[in-house]
Amino acid sequence: MTLLTDDQHQLHDMAKSFLAEEGTIKQQLRHWRDTECKDGFGHGLWKQFAELGLTGITIPEDKGGLGLGATEAALVLEEVGRNLTPSPFLTTAVAAVRALEGSAQGDRWFPGILSGDTVAALAVDEGKHHRPGAIATKATRSGNGFTLSGSKQFVVHGASADVILVAARTGGGQGEREGVTLFAVERDAAGLEIENVSLTDHSKAARLTLTDVAVDADSVVGEVDSGWAPLSRALNAGRAGSAAELVGVASGAADMTTDYLKQRKQFGKLIGEFQTLQHRAAHLFSEIEIARAAAYKAAELLDAGSDRAELLVHVAKAKAGRSAALAVQEGVQMHGGIGMTDEHDIGFYMKRQAVLDRLFGDWRFHAGEVARIAGY
Amino acid sequence: MADTAELTDFRTQTRDWLEANCPPEMREPVKSEDDVCWGGRHVQFQSDAQKQWLEAMAARGWTTPDWPKEYGGGGLTPAEAKILKEEMRRIGARNPLNSFGISMLGPALLKYGTEAQKQRFLPEIVRGEIRWCQGYSEPGAGSDLAGLQTKAEDMGDHWLVNGQKVWTSYADKADWIFCLVRTSTESKHGGISFLLFDMESEGVSTKPILLISGYSPFCETFMDNVKVPKDQVVGEVNKGWDVAKYLLGHEREMISGMGLGGGASLLGKSVGEIDDPVLRAEVAAFDVDALAFAAMSERFIDQLKAGEAHPAMPSMMKYSGTELNKKRHELIMAAGGADTLEWDSDRTRKGKPAREWLRTKANSIEGGTSEVQLGIIAKHILRLPGA
Repeated sequence: MTLLTDDQHQLHDMAKSFLAEEGTIKQQLRHWRDTECKDGFGHGLWKQFAELGLTGITIPEDKGGLGLGATEAALVLEEVGRNLTPSPFLTTAVAAVRALEGSAQGDRWFPGILSGDTVAALAVDEGKHHRPGAIATKATRSGNGFTLSGSKQFVVHGASADVILVAARTGGGQGEREGVTLFAVERDAAGLEIENVSLTDHSKAARLTLTDVAVDADSVVGEVDSGWAPLSRALNAGRAGSAAELVGVASGAADMTTDYLKQRKQFGKLIGEFQTLQHRAAHLFSEIEIARAAAYKAAELLDAGSDRAELLVHVAKAKAGRSAALAVQEGVQMHGGIGMTDEHDIGFYMKRQAVLDRLFGDWRFHAGEVARIAGY
Repeated sequence: MADTAELTDFRTQTRDWLEANCPPEMREPVKSEDDVCWGGRHVQFQSDAQKQWLEAMAARGWTTPDWPKEYGGGGLTPAEAKILKEEMRRIGARNPLNSFGISMLGPALLKYGTEAQKQRFLPEIVRGEIRWCQGYSEPGAGSDLAGLQTKAEDMGDHWLVNGQKVWTSYADKADWIFCLVRTSTESKHGGISFLLFDMESEGVSTKPILLISGYSPFCETFMDNVKVPKDQVVGEVNKGWDVAKYLLGHEREMISGMGLGGGASLLGKSVGEIDDPVLRAEVAAFDVDALAFAAMSERFIDQLKAGEAHPAMPSMMKYSGTELNKKRHELIMAAGGADTLEWDSDRTRKGKPAREWLRTKANSIEGGTSEVQLGIIAKHILRLPGA
């Protein structure tokens, strides 16, 4: 069944009212942007996520979390997207947690994540495009541990994070999955240089330069040379989650636009009466519904441990990316001049879509992965 | 979600029954349009296997898995019907019977028919004994369907029908027709009735229409003083538009299924080698759309069965599914290059790719154009003004 259970409906309703009340553009995104907050999000809100149990949404119950899955995370992220609420929820509570599960590093960081005190970041990308297969950051054995050297970018909340999960190569050649190892690196590690970068959507992502950063053997998440397993768990969760968030972004932009079509008058009538706009709005509605179905399906298959999960995650991220791109472009266009102003909120949707589409791979990357899995 | 214990039993039993009763030939994809079983009075089975498969499925009511048992249906719950579908798909079992009676008329009869009408017509549909066609469009009433002029006069003991229908799918092969007729001129939508009659009735004639594909799946249907018994109106007289709209919802669901053309299979796997990077990118983008639409279809059917679907959602499914199917065939033609342009060679099985490609262009016209569907979404879902 692809429909939500009663418990899931309840969680969705809770997230809806929580974020509509506390996570609005005015109170969060615009506020932190205008006050030039170095984190780009509010720690107070992150504490509220924690009080509702949401920072531990996918942390196992025996570790103090809610023990829920990708589906529940998707429901929360849809509302995060709709309100453009800045928070570490996607990267810390949804993606990083999946990398850390079942490891000693998980036991170390979960309590802080649960209490809303800890932010975790993922350092995967090394160039301007998401190419996890091409990880070149080097980890060399040294004494009881390793030294890491290389550079990373698009590390969401990297400058605010207490711990950064760094994917590096301990063996194997470029493009090979074997030989990748995931390290939990603390923010104050010697040799770790963090440049805090503001992105288009006013969120923060860091560029990291690692110069012989010494870490001990305990910092390895999972097994040496087998970091692809925790990394791909995190990437799948992050991709499915960002697909759901994109669906929320698209829905928020489309709803705002539909409302505008019902208010704005030109040529003596409401612009929503014009058939050309009606048809474009209806087409957009269809594309968003399909993207939502794909995002829910990907989450359902991840939760079921299906062997089709990875394929559907790629489908969902690609479809959500394209649908959201259409939504924000149509949104700004149909708003006309006011849509180009900073005063109006519709532009924030366009900026967030651009960042979320690139995060964990843009739609082209994921369409390419669909072709690769299918063998053409 | 995992099956409950009862559903697990049902799945096992269904799997065993299909294994024992679905002939191997019926687990192969249909080879051509002639290979599809439509049933009817004059049915000509292409093989013993086809006949045996239809009879076995009809005997269990599984040609209509979720119709009530009292009318010959399978009486399955939505969850059981879904399992049957999954198990059939698993072994590649063909649909035993293609039927407008099943996909369109049946649901309308179940909702609006009298008990006598249900008893009379539904079991024949389940068994594939009567082949139905649909008389909706007229030369002057296409997208503006409610402008139809075919007239049915109340002659006391019968209706007298005069007029012309067009785009009547397979009218030349059908046994009966369900037909929209004007029974009052006082109101446009409120003067339409939903009538059933035998195509062998005196005064009914059909003429196939040759299409750009070279096929003639549609006909013109002429009614010249056709007498129809009074008890063959479905729903109330002059309230046929309600029945018509309800049925159109089911028609749109059926047509939207075309977006699933290749089911869950990927287009990029089925078009042969792709050596052009631009085409590869287009096909990959298409496969994303197709797999996402497959997820949407599954969700839509679940919503429908749970009574959670917005009444205008079939329009969205019809719109998206048909546009997707057209795109699929554009890409098949692109991937095939000059080979797929051959119109009557044996290499292309008499121009199958090109003719199918042309056929798909009707998908976004029949059953209400894409533009009509978008208008319905704008009005009923988005509630835009003046739509």
